[in-house]
Amino acid sequence: MVNLIWVFMFVFGIIYAAINGTMEEVNKVLFTSAQEAVTISLGLISILVFWLGLMNIAKQAGLLHKLTSLFKPFVRRLFPEIPPDHPAMGYILSNMVANLFGLGNAATPMGIKAMEQMKRLNDDRDDVSRSMITFLAINTSSLTIIPTTVIAIRMNYGSVSPTDIVATTLMATTCSTLAAILIDRYFHRRRVMKRRQ
Amino acid sequence: MGAVSTISIWIMPCLIGFVLVYGTFKKVSTYEAFVEGGKEGFSIAVSIIPYLVGMLVAITVFRASGALDFLISSFQPFLAIVGVPSDIVPLALIRPISGTGALAMTSDLIATHGPDSFIGRLASTMQGSTDTTLYILTVYFGAVGIRKMGDALKVGLLADFVGIISAIVFVTIVFG
Repeated sequence: MVNLIWVFMFVFGIIYAAINGTMEEVNKVLFTSAQEAVTISLGLISILVFWLGLMNIAKQAGLLHKLTSLFKPFVRRLFPEIPPDHPAMGYILSNMVANLFGLGNAATPMGIKAMEQMKRLNDDRDDVSRSMITFLAINTSSLTIIPTTVIAIRMNYGSVSPTDIVATTLMATTCSTLAAILIDRYFHRRRVMKRRQ
Repeated sequence: MGAVSTISIWIMPCLIGFVLVYGTFKKVSTYEAFVEGGKEGFSIAVSIIPYLVGMLVAITVFRASGALDFLISSFQPFLAIVGVPSDIVPLALIRPISGTGALAMTSDLIATHGPDSFIGRLASTMQGSTDTTLYILTVYFGAVGIRKMGDALKVGLLADFVGIISAIVFVTIVFG
């Protein structure tokens, strides 16, 4: 599906540009956007190095393990494939906690570490495992309690009460996260059925 | 507001301080552990590059050609019938695809309609309650070299859809 969407964006974009005379714009962004992607990736280095470094201290001090045992009953049901004491659980939880507090910078490195551990659990194969899909579904539905960026924008434009969207955001996020978990379950069940046939 | 901004300023330094003090207390050789863990960050960032270049160039071509705007405007009348305010449709469609695009659109909507207007609040709620699915998938899967995404994209996009609908519903209930 990703392959199709990817090709569609290119091909449809180029055809549309040919018809509507925007080929010059397409030409311009072709290389600047590639450069931007590299800049983003390299910009991640500082964040990744810092938080993975700090995470390593937390791990060696046993903090990750503590976090895991604290939320064990809850996460165990979400990720039945992962053994409860596996390091993947610690990283998944710290990613969730970082997301909850809006620490996007810290959440990404932990999410990547979680992915790495889940890949190891999946015999290092290059296809996706059930727990990876669950993890991504929860991540993309966004868990933030305090949407700091949005509040900042609202303040910039002179809002009377910049934080009055926190409640609605929280309700919408809760719904989308619950939906993500349910949809993920549904697709999992469908895969299992298919395999049985 | 004071409390929220204070919390968001304090939380990072406090977290860092806590990990360092706790680590020292548990006799971890902190600095060495930091350097050892940090080394990984470099290779992870580099391994993401091809995934991000591929995805970002495709998205930008799609946007710069005007194809995205065309697609959005062809959706608009249909969604207006269902009762979705047409100004919000572009944001709803771009949110899962491009984080910077969505942020720019949210700022724009807030600037034109005012932060405390219905559209302004709806845009703020949408921006805060979903995430850039395509980016997250690209970075997370790219970093560990997952090539077959399976149902991940479908699940992510469907959850986005629910998030957007519930944003509209809740903002209408609370502020409408």
